[in-house]
Amino acid sequence: MENFITRRRRKELIVAGLLLAVAVFAPMAIRDVTALNVIILSLLFAGLAQAWNIIGGYCGQISLGHAVYFGMGSYVSTLLYVQAGLPPSAGIFIGGAVGGLAALLVGWPCFRLSGHYYAIATVVVGEIGYLLFLNWDYVGGATGVYIPIAKPSLINLQFGKDKLPYLHLVLAFVAATWLAAWLIEGSRWGYAWRAVKDDVVAARSLGVNIFASKMAASAISGFFTGLGGAIYGLYVGYIDPDSVMAGHFSILIALPTVLGGVGTLWGPILGAALLIPLKELSSSYLGGSGRGVDLMLYGAMIIVVALARPQGLVSLFGGRKHGAP
Amino acid sequence: MALLEIDNVSKSFGGVAANVEISFAVEAGEILGLIGPNGAGKTSLFNSIAGEVTPDSGEIRLDGQRISGLGPVACAERGIARTFQVVRSFDSMTVLENVMVGAFSRNARPQAAMRAAQETLEFCGLHGKADRPAWSLSPPEKRRLEMARALATQPRILLLDEMLTGLTPTEAQGGVELVRAVQRQGITVIMVEHVMEVVLPLVSRAVVLNLGRVLTIGAPAEIVRNPEVIRAYLGDRYAAD
Repeated sequence: MENFITRRRRKELIVAGLLLAVAVFAPMAIRDVTALNVIILSLLFAGLAQAWNIIGGYCGQISLGHAVYFGMGSYVSTLLYVQAGLPPSAGIFIGGAVGGLAALLVGWPCFRLSGHYYAIATVVVGEIGYLLFLNWDYVGGATGVYIPIAKPSLINLQFGKDKLPYLHLVLAFVAATWLAAWLIEGSRWGYAWRAVKDDVVAARSLGVNIFASKMAASAISGFFTGLGGAIYGLYVGYIDPDSVMAGHFSILIALPTVLGGVGTLWGPILGAALLIPLKELSSSYLGGSGRGVDLMLYGAMIIVVALARPQGLVSLFGGRKHGAP
Repeated sequence: MALLEIDNVSKSFGGVAANVEISFAVEAGEILGLIGPNGAGKTSLFNSIAGEVTPDSGEIRLDGQRISGLGPVACAERGIARTFQVVRSFDSMTVLENVMVGAFSRNARPQAAMRAAQETLEFCGLHGKADRPAWSLSPPEKRRLEMARALATQPRILLLDEMLTGLTPTEAQGGVELVRAVQRQGITVIMVEHVMEVVLPLVSRAVVLNLGRVLTIGAPAEIVRNPEVIRAYLGDRYAAD
């Protein structure tokens, strides 16, 4: 049946397809390694932010512990490669699955809490994960793990000095997370999750199982976050608790969505496209002394957006408006 | 056997007894009024029937099967739908999407849920507003939206919590007609109201609650002449002994 919702969804899919085509070919013209690096990180965080959006945006459960799923994904995929010789092309998915499993384990006790209490619990979970890996010798402790350099190949997901294949890899990741969010939006689950976000009591009076909804959203979010973590580990070639599990990663995963628009398809991508280049530029121009400046910039941006556009930057484009005024 | 049986239900919150040993039966197809002054325990009883709270003692049965204590999701699955005294619309969604949340409980496929939701909106007179954001509706429209959302779950029993309160006479008349149309669909309606003149012409029987207990049960004409009801609503001075 032709109506507003089906028309809107088809339009979104067409726009995404066009953008993807541009994003596949346009970077081929870019030779500058620094620029490519910024684009790769922006895309990676766009995907991570979309993963966060699934639980934080659609289901309304604010998680500030996503670094755990991110770190688990990168550790699992890396260690499976280093210790067991499993090629990363398979390992990243196992990393993702472990991220999803971890999200279920965290959700089991934490979803008994609601609202701010859930958010606080996830902060604690994040810190526990970080300290656990910092003191766990098998996973390298504070020293971390190097990913041995292998012959460039698709099986190993290593491409030597060539950045373009990495870019296409993270682009596939962004496309997968976007498509997941798009499919969820149109499905029974998506409706249930948004109902959970808006009003729990009304949702369950309509037969929506609240706990199951949160767990399912959390598992999918954890899977994609773990997958992104595994890809990140491969890209940087070295992981330690500070580089994949520190608390600021949790903030960095959540922030693009908050800035761009929670519970929207394009918010996470828009937010990451703005935030990550800003972060990279401020830390490279200001060097080590600029470490705190990017945080101050985020803070300022969040305040401005929260005051002027609480629905996020994506609402500037006149598309679908979310949330009460 | 009655469709719904309330059997000796009691519920306290802290030390406050909201419902004390309440018993009555609801016949299939009727519109039953649940009336009483503020604080009589009407909404508490509603919450027990809808599964939102579990009675301390006593049982609620649907078709002879116990439903009390099963929780709101199980009650919704078994065919009990409700609206809320304070409107609870899903404000990040459109009107149609709100109703689809209800429709998904009987239709797994999005296209089927959308069709069912559109039909329900038409039935409730909100068809023209389908694509409006839910937050932009006026209060009476929001009441209709809640009713549409509840009806989309294809209930056997619809619980309406003060659906007509605070509406202008014209709006209330529209609401009354909608409730009658719901009854004609074969859905049993239980409505909480404290405005007697609105609800009494509509219902076949009314249960009057006062201070958590059943004061009387009867046809509207009997209720308005009952001295105990008059005393509960207006105080001793107005009761004709």
